Amino acid sequence: MLEKALSGSNRYWAWIAFLLAVTGIGCIAYMKQLSEGLGITGMSRDVSWGLYIGQFTFLVGVAASAVMLVIPYYLHDFKKFGKIVILGEFLAVSAVIMCVLFIMADMGQPMRVANILLHPTPGSIVFWDVVVLNGYLLLNLIIGWTTLGADRKGVRPPDWVKPLIYLSVPWAISIHTVTAFLYAGIPGRHFWLTAVMAARFLASAFSGGPALLIILALIVRKFSKFDPGAEAIQAIGKIVTYAMFANVFLLGLEFFTAFYSNIPGHMHPFQYLYAGIDGHTKLVPLMWLSSILAVVSLAILVFPHLRKNENVLAFACVVLFMSLWIDKGFGLIIGGFIPNMFEGVTEYWPTFLETLITIGVWAIGFLVLTVLYKVAIAVREDDTAVEH
Amino acid sequence: MSMNRRQFLKLASASTIVGVGAASVMSSISKGSLEAAQIHPDPMALKAKRWGFVVDVSKLTTEEDYQKCINACHNIHNVPSNPNPRHEVKWIWKDTYEHTFPNTAEDKIMNRELQEKNFLLFCNHCAKPACVRVCPTKATFKRESDGIVMQDMHRCIGCRFCMAACPFGARSFNYTDPRPNIKVENKEFPTRMIGVVEKCTACYERLAIGKQPACAEESNGAIVFGDLEDPNSEVRKLIAEKYTIRRKPEIGTQPSIYYVIGGGEHA
Repeated sequence: MLEKALSGSNRYWAWIAFLLAVTGIGCIAYMKQLSEGLGITGMSRDVSWGLYIGQFTFLVGVAASAVMLVIPYYLHDFKKFGKIVILGEFLAVSAVIMCVLFIMADMGQPMRVANILLHPTPGSIVFWDVVVLNGYLLLNLIIGWTTLGADRKGVRPPDWVKPLIYLSVPWAISIHTVTAFLYAGIPGRHFWLTAVMAARFLASAFSGGPALLIILALIVRKFSKFDPGAEAIQAIGKIVTYAMFANVFLLGLEFFTAFYSNIPGHMHPFQYLYAGIDGHTKLVPLMWLSSILAVVSLAILVFPHLRKNENVLAFACVVLFMSLWIDKGFGLIIGGFIPNMFEGVTEYWPTFLETLITIGVWAIGFLVLTVLYKVAIAVREDDTAVEH
Repeated sequence: MSMNRRQFLKLASASTIVGVGAASVMSSISKGSLEAAQIHPDPMALKAKRWGFVVDVSKLTTEEDYQKCINACHNIHNVPSNPNPRHEVKWIWKDTYEHTFPNTAEDKIMNRELQEKNFLLFCNHCAKPACVRVCPTKATFKRESDGIVMQDMHRCIGCRFCMAACPFGARSFNYTDPRPNIKVENKEFPTRMIGVVEKCTACYERLAIGKQPACAEESNGAIVFGDLEDPNSEVRKLIAEKYTIRRKPEIGTQPSIYYVIGGGEHA
């Protein structure tokens, strides 16, 4: 099937060339990091994780969101998701690949990363995260490829794939739960030490991921003859709306507990992020932007007649995606490190090279996504040709 | 069941990958408790069930008192002096009362002398270390024999999870190449490379040949080192006699450094 990605319009090849060029720039930046160390990033001994780990965390959510299509389609027989579910599965594949690359980019000694498998440590959450992420990657690749292959031949998918599909449901929940446990089990970081962390992660994943999927589905429809279905897009819009309300609600719970309890350690990270501490306000505009974008997206999405209009829905989804990208891809990780263990403030901002590497990883993700979607679209376009 | 060559090769290659992977995982898990040990231990080696420190800050008065301990440690262990504070590597350092005990920083009317007092901070060698719990490669581990929280800089993958987990900021990461920042290299102790985490290892290499940790040796009695499990040890006697506090005990890691703040007469 992969050969279908090898024939395309000039526009397709121009897009591939662009992504390859951005990837190349990212690789050059990474070579510098590899030889000079992580000192080329904005990270420090106080803020020892930054943009890479933030992006990793955010993208695990995007990957997990495929389950929001799998559950209605396979468990509730919601037929309208029949065409779009493959887009969710392939989005998950590219998101997990980006996750793995961001982890690799963050390693001080990437050549030694096999030590995680050579010296397996079940007590470490990282060990389980490696297991569930790679498992999820395989599951989605196998499920997506097999069902699409069957589709191309006009036959039913083989029976053995059904149990894998059912397995992928709890597995999707597990990748984001385990990723939340990376943070929620650390005793000294008040900002992360919260029982609703995994719930928050899932809520933000199930709004941000499907929002991205709506945008992608609309792009696919615009640039190809494959129509994922207007009703399917509307149904996902509903999922995005509910999940985003749950996400904002859970964030509100964090604020209540921190400020009503009045425990300084619990309040400080929130104060740093939203008001600044002792004149350290680098993240304040960004966090308020995230909050405003969240409110704007919800103010649109909550009215069914507004989100019925696909242009308005697309706008709301872009706004919502940006809001969550800031909140989870940036604020959540940095906030855990500020103030530091001595109640001092060392601020963080990504460097130019760090940003280039980050964009490079996104380019690889989009490259994988483009190739997979090209295959899926080509198969689906053939389908419709047969049907008519 | 018949199988063509293509199917056979697919199955064979898949089962090889799974088999080799599973075998390596299982063999490493079963090794589990293996611990590095010397073939011929020095009979002079200092031994304990759980090493700990009592730091009496009333005996640290001048800047020189602090620097002697810090320099002794950093020189012996080839700790680089990175000029950039964001990338600083330190195994033992001096810090204020408010930073050492941040949960008491809200108190604005406390004893001024105490508020202005400086402390010596280093790895707490916790009985229940959070850093060890999170490490994905066992590069940091708790030595069963004497409770030292060790750091294997050759196994460390530089994920910095231990830095996120340590409640005491005791860990440093080599953001840049440490070697150019070592003024005089001690050939008896390894230098580190870029991208690994390091910290105080309670001078395990000195204990093995019967020497006290370097900071304790240089401290003129301000740092006392001994076995916390031995009721007759000097550290236990000091803890029994004087009022001592530990950093962030509420976190539950059970730090092994006890601080004495005042002289004996006020305690």
